Amino acid sequence: MDITNYVVLAAALFAIGATTVLLRRNAIVVFMGVELMLNATNLAFVTFARMHGDVTGQVLAFFVMVVAAAEVVVGLAIIVTIFRTRRSASVDDVNLLRG
Amino acid sequence: MTPAGLEISGGETALFWVIAPLMVLAALGLLFVKRAVHAAMCLVFVMVSMAILYIAQEAPFLGVVQVVVYTGAVMMLFLFVLMLVGVDASDSLTETIRGQRWIGVLIGIGLAAVLAGVVARAAFPPAVGLSGGDPGGIANPTALARVLFGDYGVAMEAVGVLLVTAAVGALVLTHRRRLTPKRTQRSVADSRIKALPDGVVLTPLPSPGVYARSNAMDTPALGPDGEQVPQSVSRVLRIRGQERPAPDIPAAELVETRVSAEEEA
Repeated sequence: MDITNYVVLAAALFAIGATTVLLRRNAIVVFMGVELMLNATNLAFVTFARMHGDVTGQVLAFFVMVVAAAEVVVGLAIIVTIFRTRRSASVDDVNLLRG
Repeated sequence: MTPAGLEISGGETALFWVIAPLMVLAALGLLFVKRAVHAAMCLVFVMVSMAILYIAQEAPFLGVVQVVVYTGAVMMLFLFVLMLVGVDASDSLTETIRGQRWIGVLIGIGLAAVLAGVVARAAFPPAVGLSGGDPGGIANPTALARVLFGDYGVAMEAVGVLLVTAAVGALVLTHRRRLTPKRTQRSVADSRIKALPDGVVLTPLPSPGVYARSNAMDTPALGPDGEQVPQSVSRVLRIRGQERPAPDIPAAELVETRVSAEEEA
């Protein structure tokens, strides 16, 4: 097996995650799509680290994980706040900024 | 393959071909599954499988962190919010932007095509592997820690600040300001005492009357003066007019006992 198979898997997962963000309406599921994309990039990082024999890739994947954790906390707090005021978790209902 | 090159074992190949299709299937589940909880379960599966792949790819530390941070913390947070928002919150099917679905599908396929093209066209160097044939290996957490705290010390501290900021931000965002003063036992007692001149009774209301043949909610009790106590019947029954007048009951009992006495005689 070639190690590029891992890169192909990461690319497939990234594309699926991006499509999820584009197609789903539930804000929480959209957020899960973002998480899937972050995970796919992490897999690519780890694979490239192994490919080049350099741990830096893994370090970057670690940083991505930490930033993703912070992002999830704030993002979910925003979703909860929006749900409290609008009684809805659909991204279509949040259109107050529309001109 | 050069001796320093990476030899991917048959076991890892089998692992990959078992896990990768399942991962793609679960990820597709995120796209097609109706309920948000099922989507979360699909994502948990993807993340646990990803941890297995990390460990197979000489990144045991990242594999453990993946399980702890993603499946342990992030997905549980997702599930908590799902429970808060309501499990039944499913997608609305009305399109606010016309043709958005097809445009989305098109862009998704286009992105997949671009990524496939990049991966296919890119010339990857021959894989080296992290241990480099050294049995001691550099692919353990020690090497990771050396790079993390050696070359990326400042970034590490910035990440710490980021995490604290995120925690404070979440607290601020979900904080609810009290619009009314908190109701304590003390304030409830004070307000009841204050309402005493308006005819509010401090004690519990009298219970309904108990008679020889009748012990029901709708019969008022008799006071010491022989008068009915209207408060002893539930307010709902009183408003509906479903209460039985108390003097009827002793009279009815009297008639019944008379009738039964005559029958016996």
